Amino acid sequence: MEVKENYQQLEKQFPGKVGDFKGDVPEPYCSVSPESIVEVSRFLRDDAKLKFEVLSDLTALDWPKEEKIQVVYHLYSYSNKSQIVLKVDLPRENPKVSTLEGVWKVANWFEREVFDLFGVIFTGHSDLRRIMLPEDWVGHPLRKDYVEEEEYDGISTQRAPLVEKLLR
Amino acid sequence: MKPLLNSLPETVFTTKVDDLLNWGRASSQWYMLFGLACCAIELMQTGGPRADLDRFGAVPRATPRQSDLMIVAGTLTYKMAKRTKLLYDQMPDPKYVISMGSCSNCGGLFQLAYSVCKGVDKIVPVDVYVPGCPPRPEALTEGLLRIQDKMMRERWLVKPARPEANGAEA
Repeated sequence: MEVKENYQQLEKQFPGKVGDFKGDVPEPYCSVSPESIVEVSRFLRDDAKLKFEVLSDLTALDWPKEEKIQVVYHLYSYSNKSQIVLKVDLPRENPKVSTLEGVWKVANWFEREVFDLFGVIFTGHSDLRRIMLPEDWVGHPLRKDYVEEEEYDGISTQRAPLVEKLLR
Repeated sequence: MKPLLNSLPETVFTTKVDDLLNWGRASSQWYMLFGLACCAIELMQTGGPRADLDRFGAVPRATPRQSDLMIVAGTLTYKMAKRTKLLYDQMPDPKYVISMGSCSNCGGLFQLAYSVCKGVDKIVPVDVYVPGCPPRPEALTEGLLRIQDKMMRERWLVKPARPEANGAEA
């Protein structure tokens, strides 16, 4: 399949920076080292054969046991009708990765969203602030260890649960 | 709604001032367009020709300053909650609130979410709660009729104080 070739080419192009290809899942992926994500993305966009014009999604996963936050990049090529998924592992304590804004402009809002909900710092981002939650919100709610505040801006967040059985 | 007392049949109608005022108010409830989520679709349907809220004199207004009634239709997030309070404060007295659907009653399906306010009664005093997810147009019409009943019972010469939102102010 063509997907595997793409990854093999990528591994050959960036030895030591790209690895861990996993092909037996619906959306095959490989991991990229945090320092080289901009370099790799620029190559994927500009290469005459690969032509990944679009960053179709950028999101993150929180793995508290492994002490890491994984930023996931979904790239799509309209010319080749192919998809590639890149994952970057970051330390949970201080997740920092450089922004892809210079490669795909759309990364601006995606990265703001990931910053908002996971607290990942995208270095070099032009406007890194919350995009969905109010600006005075405390914490990053999609982290697994997030605890809801007792009140937000004078509004109580407490209510007797109606679905006690469903509570974990 | 029976404001008129037919004391001399077919000659003179008599009534009480309070009743006449209330009858007028209850028959012209202008509600603010305040659709937040899927309940807004049912709200539109209720305003449409089949359920037809217009026949009770209830017409939608696009501004809080001309509204008597706020129908909170949909999931209320904390971000929106602050705006809701602002809009409520901009409405002229006397004002009424219908909480439409599970989400605005108590947070509903999303009450365990970090961003959803656990009921609009945390923000503003609510007069009528309409259950349902979403409530059918008939249910919302019933809610409006309950508001009318409440209006008809009000007395203007001795006006009772309105209750405050629980938790909003001490």
